[in-house]
Amino acid sequence: MQVPSQVEYERATSVEHALSLLSRPETRVVAGGHSLIPMMKLRLAQPELLVDINGLAELAFIALDGGQLRIGALARHADLLDSDLAGRYFPIFRDAERVVADPIVRLWGTVGGSLCQADPSEDLSAAFAAARATAVIKTPDGERTVPVREFHLGPYETVIGRGELLAEIRVPVRPGTGSAYEKVSRRVGDWSVAAAGAVLCLAGQQIQEAGLGLTAVGAEHFVAAEAEDFLRGRAADEESFAAAGAIAAGHCDPVADQRGPEDFKRHLVAELTTRALRRAAARAGSAG
Amino acid sequence: MTIRVAMTVNGTEYAREVEPRLLLIHYIRDELGLTGSHWGCDTSNCGSCVVWLDAKPVKSCTLLAAMADGHAVRTVEGLERDGRLDPVQQGFIECHGLQCGFCTPGMMMTARWLLDHHPDPDEAEIREAISGQICRCTGYENIVRSIRWAAEHAAEHPGEST
Repeated sequence: MQVPSQVEYERATSVEHALSLLSRPETRVVAGGHSLIPMMKLRLAQPELLVDINGLAELAFIALDGGQLRIGALARHADLLDSDLAGRYFPIFRDAERVVADPIVRLWGTVGGSLCQADPSEDLSAAFAAARATAVIKTPDGERTVPVREFHLGPYETVIGRGELLAEIRVPVRPGTGSAYEKVSRRVGDWSVAAAGAVLCLAGQQIQEAGLGLTAVGAEHFVAAEAEDFLRGRAADEESFAAAGAIAAGHCDPVADQRGPEDFKRHLVAELTTRALRRAAARAGSAG
Repeated sequence: MTIRVAMTVNGTEYAREVEPRLLLIHYIRDELGLTGSHWGCDTSNCGSCVVWLDAKPVKSCTLLAAMADGHAVRTVEGLERDGRLDPVQQGFIECHGLQCGFCTPGMMMTARWLLDHHPDPDEAEIREAISGQICRCTGYENIVRSIRWAAEHAAEHPGEST
């Protein structure tokens, strides 16, 4: 039987209330709870106080605003999966959400919770890194923004400090953009053996900008930066995509574990990166 | 340290003084004595503990009872109405949808939710809906048939959802 340590519990009634509760040391936010509560049951997390933010409806939204897709931290995985708006501009999120856990877990787990858990095998962290998203963090003095590519300091560690709360993710919308996410897992609902997300901004057949996110393979900040540099300015064709896949595979740092040996994971990175780029290119131009 | 946690379960009001760390599945089973919901893997994989919190199914081993304070819970005991089985329950009887029965309460709660939102799901949609649940007897074929039976017999066995 898995039992969390003793913990106090408070419900936040507003963002300001949440921030004041979060000023206490050893305090954690709980929303969907589907990452934190399992960690607490294993005693890998032993907070003294839980701040329940499920009542903060103002953090549960998905909207298009000023050329940015805005996703509230309290949006559930199922909300992002079902969002026509997000699906139209960033099919990468729909691709990724389809393979996050299972339908029941997706009803409760939140977008913000996934990012803040900072699991090195998490899917949305790679998707948001590929899309060059920005995290909006509420602070006691107001708010600050941090690129998602700088949000994670390492496994299970983020830039969120004491008294702070992740409020939303903003993703810039650019015309001519296509995106896709490709994942291999051992069984339905499992964590990735490896996964790759691609966001391509095309001018005709030329790549203007490329975003490549990788998860579960030790890529720094979930990004395949060398492959992005390679793609910029090149033709959006099979040759470029295959070469980018090989570069991504060479620069990531997977470890052998029960999900597979290192060479297998590198092989997956090359293949999944290439496939994600191919699908992203096919989708570019069909977005609004 | 304890806190007061009150909720409606299958239409009945309950309140208990419990530790904030108590999981919802244990509140339901041990505090309220409603043992229809099963406590299985304890890791939100198997789904035998699925109940509804307000209108959505949840794996109750991965939620604190405190988080359900003030909300409405529905368990497998709440499927039957006035001695009349829900079509999902009848379907599991008709199609031999259970062997050992351990996964059954969770399967049924998810099935009821699926049918409320998609009254006529095909086999693939049913399999997707229960993909977060494990039947260790591997009786999936009959579980899928049972849920299809419930969809096809909704009219004869009106199982209202709330």
